[in-house]
This record gives sequence, C-alpha cells and structure tokens, in this order.
Amino acid sequence: MSEATGTTLFEQLGGEAAVNAAVDIFYRHVLNDYRINRFFDKSDMDQQAAKQKAFLTMAFGGPNNYSGTDMRTAHAKFVKMGLNDSHFDAVMEHLEGTLQELNVPEALIKQVSAIAESTRSDVLGL
Amino acid sequence: MTEQKIQLGEQSILCKADESLLDALLREQVDISHSCHQGACQSCLLRSLDGAPPIEAQHGLKEGLKQQNYFLACLCYPQHAMRIAYRHHSDFMTHGTVSAKQALNAETLLLTLDLDEALDYYAGQFVNLRRDDGLSRSYSIANNRIHSKQLSFHIRRLAGGRFSAWAHEDLNLGDRIAVSEPQGLCYYLPDKPDSPLLLIGTGSGLAPLAGIISEALHQGHRGDIYLYHGSSDLNGLYWVEEMQALAEAHANFHYHPCISSGEPPEHVFAGRANDVAFSQLSDLKGWRVYLCGHPDMVNNTKRQAFLKGASLADIYADAFHVASGSLD
Ligand SMILES: Cc1cc2nc3c(=O)[nH]c(=O)nc-3n(C[C@H](O)[C@H](O)[C@H](O)COP(=O)(O)OP(=O)(O)OC[C@H]3O[C@@H](n4cnc5c(N)ncnc54)[C@H](O)[C@@H]3O)c2cc1C
Ligand code: HEM
Ligand code: FES
Repeated sequence: MSEATGTTLFEQLGGEAAVNAAVDIFYRHVLNDYRINRFFDKSDMDQQAAKQKAFLTMAFGGPNNYSGTDMRTAHAKFVKMGLNDSHFDAVMEHLEGTLQELNVPEALIKQVSAIAESTRSDVLGL
Repeated sequence: MTEQKIQLGEQSILCKADESLLDALLREQVDISHSCHQGACQSCLLRSLDGAPPIEAQHGLKEGLKQQNYFLACLCYPQHAMRIAYRHHSDFMTHGTVSAKQALNAETLLLTLDLDEALDYYAGQFVNLRRDDGLSRSYSIANNRIHSKQLSFHIRRLAGGRFSAWAHEDLNLGDRIAVSEPQGLCYYLPDKPDSPLLLIGTGSGLAPLAGIISEALHQGHRGDIYLYHGSSDLNGLYWVEEMQALAEAHANFHYHPCISSGEPPEHVFAGRANDVAFSQLSDLKGWRVYLCGHPDMVNNTKRQAFLKGASLADIYADAFHVASGSLD
C-alpha cells in the first residue's frame, strides 16, 4: 500500500462504495457470457455475488486476505472443469468493461488490470 | 480439515470434517431445534462462547446477533475447537391462540392466531411456530402491519409433513402455540413509493406476497405492482377472487394467476409464474423484486430477474426450504 503518498488505488476508485457499484454490472456481464457462465452455478447467487465482491475488492487494491495459494485452491475445481487462458481473458474483458461503464479514468483501469493480471498463474493453477 | 471438538455445556462432541455442526449435534442426539438445513429459518441459532464463529455461519443474521457471536449450526463447519451455548429461550417471544381456521383450497389452510402481545414485524417476514413437543417450522406472515396482535398464515399440507399435517388436522380453535421473533429480510419498504414492484410466488408463497401488497397499498405505494401467483393446476391457486377484487380497486395493482399444466380458463395464464412474468416484462432496472415459495423457482427467478436488470440489492427472496422432499 502507498499510504505515504496519501491515497491508495482503492481510495481513488471510491472504496467499498465503488465495489458495490461495480459488482452488479460485473456479475451481470459474467453471467451473460456463454464462454464462462458455466463456471457459475445457479445455486446461491447471494453467496456468489459476495465472492465477486471479494474478487473486485482484491483487483481494486483493497483490503483482502487472499494469498496466491488461496487463489489456487479457490479455482482448482474450475481448472479441473477446463478453466484456461481464454476464460481468464474473458474475465479481464468484463473487468475493464465494467470500469469503463462506470467512467473510471483509463489510468486507474490499467492499474486494476495489472493487479488482476498478476493472479493469472495462481488462478489457472500454472 | 480434521475433526473438531465442540463443547456444549457439560457435553463434548466431535464434529467430523465436512460435517455441519447441526448434523454432528443431531448425530449425538442433542436436542436442537432445526428445520430447513439451509440457513433460512434461523431455528438452529447457537452462540459461540470463545470468539467469532466461521463467517459463513452468520449468513443472513442481523448485525446485533452477529456481533454477539450468534451463528447457524446448519451453516457451520468448524475450523477449530468451539465452545457453544444454546440461545436464550426467550427467542420464542410470545404465544398465540388459534382464533380461526379456514380452508383456502384443498391443500392450504388459513390459520389465524391471536397473540398475547403485539409483535413488531414487517409485512412479508416469517416467524417460527413451535408446538409443545418442540417441533418448529417457519411460516410467513400473510397480513399487513395493521394487525400487530393478530397473525395469519397460509399453511400448505405436505404429504407426510409432520407440522403441516398436524396443523391441518389436529390443531384446534383455542389451542396455544409458541411464536418466535419475526425474521427475514423479504419485506415491504416504503422508501421508494414510485418504483415498480414485481412479486412472484408459488403455492403458499402467496402468503408473504399478499402481506407485502396489502402493506404497500396501505402505505399508498404509487408505482405499479405486478403479482404472478403460480401453481401446477387450478386446485393449487387460491384467493383468486380476492386478488381480482383488489386489482379492480387499485389501478396500479396487476394480478396474474398462472398454471403450469392444463388449459387455463379466462383470466388465468398458461405457464410457470416466472416465465409468464418475464414474457411480459422486459426491463427490471429500478424495480424491486419479491420471490417466495419453491426453492428452485426462487433461485432460477432470482437469476432471471438479475439478468433482466434488477439490482441484486433490490431482489428479496424467501425460499420455502423443507427438511426433505419437495414442495410440489
Ligand atoms: C423462510 C420460510 C418461510 C416459509 N413459509 C411458509 C409458508 O408461508 N407456508 C407454508 O406452507 N410453508 C412455509 N415454509 C415451509 C415450512 O416451514 C415447512 O417446511 C413445511 O410446512 C413442511 O413442514 P412439515 O413439518 O409439514 O414437513 P416435514 O415433516 O418437515 O417434511 C417435509 C417433506 O419431507 C417429506 N418427508 C418427511 N419425512 C420423510 C421421510 N422420512 N422420508 C422421505 N420424505 C419425508 C414430507 O413428505 C414432506 O414433503 C417456509 C419455510 C421457510 C424456510
Ligand atoms: C482475474 C483473476 C481472478 C481473480 C483475482 C479471482 C478471484 C476470486 C476470488 C477472490 C474468489 C472467491 C474465493 C472464495 O472466497 O472462495 C473467486 C471465486 C470464483 N472465481 Fe475467480 N478470480 C479470477 C478469475 C476467475 C476466472 C477467469 C474464472 C472463470 C471464468 C473465475 C471463476 C470463479 C468462480 C466460479 C468462483 C466461485 C464462485 C462461487 O461459486 O461461489 N475466476 N475468484
Ligand atoms: S437455519 Fe439452520 S436449520 Fe434452518
């Protein structure tokens, strides 16, 4: 965290309120995308939305307790189902699309993308 | 994960890996009330005495309860040893006396209780009813808030269902029954009087929706209110005339009874309630959505409503989970 400089990325994006605003849009994109929606089962939407919030908080540089190992374990069963780079790219697309829809400045979007991108090998179990 | 030791008063129990605390307690014949096994009815509420319980086990609890380390045994998969206690029995706040029983249709009973004390509830919430031997089940409040000392319920009889069959057959006028604190987050909020409301219910899922509609109209809700009540056939519908009369009296209330099998008569729609609703409504942006009844209907419809533009925070649902079997 760059507390020394005053505002963190998370604060610049608008903190938890920004996550709340983004989660509906992002999750709707994901569920509408036939390439990846099979990974998100129909059972408990509220719990899934809570996990999407965890995802966004992390990508926004906010407080989270996930380690690389956690990311591996969380996605291991999806890797077994065939999760690969193309799915990861699709999620990156939706992440950027969501932020554009919310009129987040391009420079901040780049930073968010970089954080998400840095988890690629853990998420894909590489 | 390994076994965890659980201390409840004098008794200690081992909770196996991948076993819910509720299952472990029931396996050890601990007398703990339970009903849905899904975190919906909140009857398996317990308290952790040594710190915060697993966060998933507090899903849906009120803030105050969370802070006091209350949690639901059916959602709790202990990650370390725990010391736990029963909740206070004062959770069953009051008693009611059966003041009316009326058949709504062949399978649904309208049960009215006169309470000893007025309850503070929102239309659409549910209470747990508990009979003398401790068996307790959740039922939604079917009336609005004007009758705070009188609650009515729509109880659908399930074949072999212990509580519902008993309520239909053996519960008599004048009998007494314990009533819990009102619970649940599926209720009418008067803060957006102009937003359209969509209510979809199957079977006795009409109960909370009828309460919500009555409350909304009473509060002068101005937005359109769409009710879709579904059943497999005509025998499962009820309050058709009452709802039609309400629709005639209020220009903003629109009523759609639906049957999913057989040829519908005039004014009844063919198809599942959620499918009929989404064939008529295209954009739910800014709508409030209420879903009550069969768990599969509730889950699928939640997703449909969300994809049609309703915000997740504006979708309120009560899935009528039963301990086993299905509601159909
Ligand atoms: C939040 C919430 C609100 C609810 N609101 C309402 C409401 O307003 N109205 C309403 O009618 N219900 C409502 N319910 C459902 C209600 O709480 C009960 O679950 C329902 O009435 C069934 O209870 P029961 O004791 O009659 O059935 P149970 O005895 O619990 O049995 C449930 C089902 O399992 C089957 N079964 C029982 N024993 C066995 C066995 N040994 N083997 C195989 N199958 C078996 C039964 O045939 C039945 O179909 C609600 C539930 C929740 C969670
Ligand atoms: C871009 C990098 C990604 C990050 C940082 C990320 C992060 C997360 C996090 C934090 C969780 C919650 C874990 C938990 O608490 O259990 C999660 C769950 C999940 N992720 Fe990812 N994820 C990423 C990419 C993906 C991709 C590419 C897919 C598949 C298309 C995916 C599918 C899922 C699913 C299905 C869940 C579980 C949701 C549920 O069923 O409840 N994720 N992810
Ligand atoms: S909430 Fe645990 S049994 Fe219903």
